Amino acid sequence: MENMRLKLKVWRQPKPNSKGQFVEYQLDNVSEHMSFLEMLDVLNENLVSKREDPVAFEHDCREGICGTCSMVINGHPHGPQSGTTTCQLHMRHFNDGDTITVEPFRATAFPVVKDLVVERAAFDRIIQAGGYISVNTGQARDANSLPVSKEASSASFDAAACIGCGACVAACPNASAMLFVSAKVSHLALLPQGKVEAQRRALNMVKQMDLEGFGNCSNVTACEAECPKEISVNNIARLNREYISASFSYEEKEDKGGGAG
Amino acid sequence: MALNGKTPPGPLTDKWTKYRSTVPLVAPNNKRRIDIIVVGSGLAGAAAAATFGELGYNVKCFTFHDSPRRAHSIAAQGGINAAKNYRNDGDSVYRLFYDTIKGGDYRARESNVYRLAEVSTNIIDQAVAQGVPFAREYGGLLDNRSFGGVQVSRTFYARGQTGQQLLIGAYQSLSRQISLGTVQQYNRHEMLDLVMVDGKARGIIARNLLTGELERHAAHAVVLATGGYGNVFYLSTNAMMCNVTAAWRSVRRGALMANPCFTQIHPTCIPVSGDYQSKLTLMSESLRNDGRVWVPKKQEDAAAIRAGKKTGRDIAEDDRDYFLERRYPAFGNLVPRDVASRAAKVACDEGLGVAPTGLAVFMDFSAAIDRYGKSKASTMGNHHPDAATVRDLGEKVVKEKYGNLFAMYEKITGEDPYKMPMKIYPAVHYTMGGLWVDYNLETNISGLFAAGECNFSDHGANRLGASALMQGLADGYFVLPYTIGNFLANEIRTPKIDANSPEFIKAEADTKTRIDQLMSIKGKQSVESFHRRLGKIMWEKCGMARNAEGLTLARQQIRELRDEFYQDVFVPGSATGEYNPELEKALRVADFLEMGELMVVDALSRKESCGGHFREEYQTEEGEALRDDANYAYVAAWEYNGWDTDPVLHKEELVFENVELKSRSYK
Ligand SMILES: Cc1cc2nc3c(=O)[nH]c(=O)nc-3n(C[C@H](O)[C@H](O)[C@H](O)COP(=O)(O)OP(=O)(O)OC[C@H]3O[C@@H](n4cnc5c(N)ncnc54)[C@H](O)[C@@H]3O)c2cc1C
Ligand code: SF4
Ligand code: FES
Repeated sequence: MENMRLKLKVWRQPKPNSKGQFVEYQLDNVSEHMSFLEMLDVLNENLVSKREDPVAFEHDCREGICGTCSMVINGHPHGPQSGTTTCQLHMRHFNDGDTITVEPFRATAFPVVKDLVVERAAFDRIIQAGGYISVNTGQARDANSLPVSKEASSASFDAAACIGCGACVAACPNASAMLFVSAKVSHLALLPQGKVEAQRRALNMVKQMDLEGFGNCSNVTACEAECPKEISVNNIARLNREYISASFSYEEKEDKGGGAG
Repeated sequence: MALNGKTPPGPLTDKWTKYRSTVPLVAPNNKRRIDIIVVGSGLAGAAAAATFGELGYNVKCFTFHDSPRRAHSIAAQGGINAAKNYRNDGDSVYRLFYDTIKGGDYRARESNVYRLAEVSTNIIDQAVAQGVPFAREYGGLLDNRSFGGVQVSRTFYARGQTGQQLLIGAYQSLSRQISLGTVQQYNRHEMLDLVMVDGKARGIIARNLLTGELERHAAHAVVLATGGYGNVFYLSTNAMMCNVTAAWRSVRRGALMANPCFTQIHPTCIPVSGDYQSKLTLMSESLRNDGRVWVPKKQEDAAAIRAGKKTGRDIAEDDRDYFLERRYPAFGNLVPRDVASRAAKVACDEGLGVAPTGLAVFMDFSAAIDRYGKSKASTMGNHHPDAATVRDLGEKVVKEKYGNLFAMYEKITGEDPYKMPMKIYPAVHYTMGGLWVDYNLETNISGLFAAGECNFSDHGANRLGASALMQGLADGYFVLPYTIGNFLANEIRTPKIDANSPEFIKAEADTKTRIDQLMSIKGKQSVESFHRRLGKIMWEKCGMARNAEGLTLARQQIRELRDEFYQDVFVPGSATGEYNPELEKALRVADFLEMGELMVVDALSRKESCGGHFREEYQTEEGEALRDDANYAYVAAWEYNGWDTDPVLHKEELVFENVELKSRSYK
């Protein structure tokens, strides 16, 4: 196939507080074998050679696992291919003459740093609020002393495949982080090791999610459609169950126990 | 300088147990007064920081990533080794130790490797307790698979995302400590210098990548867990931001860099497709459990495939050369990486390569699909299945095992690997070399420790598959938390280190000068273009095969390139008040330009072939690596004193008391 000519409309915003705008660039000689990010590399080389500021975007592994890359391409977080991160998207899915719009993930809880780069530290803080199993190094017993069914471990894995990219938030009209939070809650709650703290975990993570300014879930399920790891919205249902029963039992405990701390 | 590895006395099997129970301890009330800086929050760094926090130290942990969960460790696919012997197939701590020493071509320290094998079993227990969803069998117990260079099944895995799951486990433990306040996490902070006070490592200069501000951070000890430097080759399987800066800046302050030329070239990666290419993608070694590697026997077939006139499927069975099975019948497709990579290179050098560039061999799953299909049909009671049924069932089994890798391959190449054999070629993957450390994982600078891929310690001249995750986590969870006590027990009376002392002010000023210099060049060429050119020199002359002539030329070329860089690089934007990824890159490439030269110097001085270091002048008649144990059974630890003087070699002689040095054979 001949190389493609593309028109790019890219969101440029020099600083967090400055006003952003779309800027148009023409790019010739795009090979179908390039990845989307390699295409942006070429654009940036062109800009640098003209001594202009290159487009800032985040990326690292470039193989769909680190969760660093994040941009909205033609209205879709991570672009139009399902089950694919931006870095795994290849130019063979575009056509000669296409106009492609590229902008950052947009959500109050993900402020823009520069151009296509946003700050997703809110996700870290949600994990810090309870997304772990409380075990110190050296306290573990033999790994095979507690059998875990293949089904449970596999279901847990499906949820643990979340790469923390935030596309679910960008896809959601309410900018809710429920898919991300529910994936972590499910990953751990489905394993016997994580069951013990499941309710407390759900309560604390949801509380932090609200504090960070993510919106509420109204079952739009756009998150599942755009999630590059195809995390299922069934996890949200599980989180809701966990959360509701946790709210009960924790209230009860507080009523009876009185300041156990 | 006399290098003392500080290996404890006594029989190999007792060293660690005994040492661990006699190493000086720091009492809990004193731990609270002691500050530790951990640079890096990949497997090694996150594990260390979390464990230090649990023990009660005050920890500051740094990463240039936006979150600890993004570290390059996340990308590890295939698995992690441990001498659990759950298969009852004859595995043991000794066998894991022996395989690692032999796999490393007898260039690693026995005592460290034995300890690694010992603690390997604790890692699996720890990870399971954290909620790592390892693969399991129907009975609910953990599953295993095989990796190259070994004849037992000791690799634990979590689909094709083992590194991701292990890192998430460590990240969660770290997050817990952050919430408890024992660890202060500094994301988007890059260490740009090491600060020494009275000969001890006492802090770092870090740059806040969002604002460009330089910060001084002080502590009683500094731990580097900053990963490998494979990106000196520009194209590699490493994540784009992996770099050598933290280690290199420490070398600039007096730390020794050990065996820098020991680089691992991984045999099974997706081949280069064009000159815009930014990185290479690994196809996990686990695929060699079932994939058969071959090239056409006839050059005309290879030429036809390259020209697109034939495909792999048009080549008759008799016209294929399964060269690994032919050359290494005992290990077949599961020979160690260095051996497999060189064999692929030899095949392509003979004109048998199968990609348009001439640089690719096939990895073929049709035999496995057939075998699994028949066996699956037979378990379903169908003893005479037709070909389509066999294929269908077989593809399902293969999909269950390697589905995500096959999908990744298809996304990148646009070809369906269930139907067409994969095309693969070796690529830079891992660096065995790194900061020199003793048994305590302490560098020659007192108070400076190095863990994970950034140290040189356990893999000799070649690392076995699934052993890097093991080493990173062993260092972080189970070794450093003990051995650092050896240093810190003498520091309990040292007051808080003052980050406003002249040493800190000077180090910060030095860093600022370096940044200002890069910003002020305002030349015409991009940082990226220099990195690409350096990578090309390294790959061609210090890659899979090296010789004195090429290396000498490479050294010259790197020096010229470096001069050009400092005259003509263009770094846009400004150094402060904004997020500037180009400046970040420039600082990293500047350090690669020095490290690259040191690698070449090391490769030149090691006049033998061993593991990943293949000097063409030193090979057997059959083209195998020819070691020279009489003269080179040492660790080459280099002191670097700037551009104008030659690096100085310090040797740590390797003493083998437990294994006999043999020529490594996988035939
Ligand atoms: C594609 C791929 C697949 C692999 N698969 C396997 C496998 O199946 N099994 C196996 O055993 N091994 C595998 N490896 C190797 C293994 O993943 C790595 O060797 C290992 O994860 C390195 O861990 P680490 O903690 O030492 O470093 P990293 O994970 O690289 O972490 C480095 C950390 O240091 C930080 N850092 C670096 N420099 C600075 C600085 N100057 N300032 C601040 N922070 C800094 C980074 O931000 C990061 O947090 C694979 C490697 C690759 C490339
Ligand atoms: S749930 Fe999916 S979209 Fe959301 S952070 Fe995880 S991987 Fe990304
Ligand atoms: S760059 Fe790592 S997931 Fe895209």
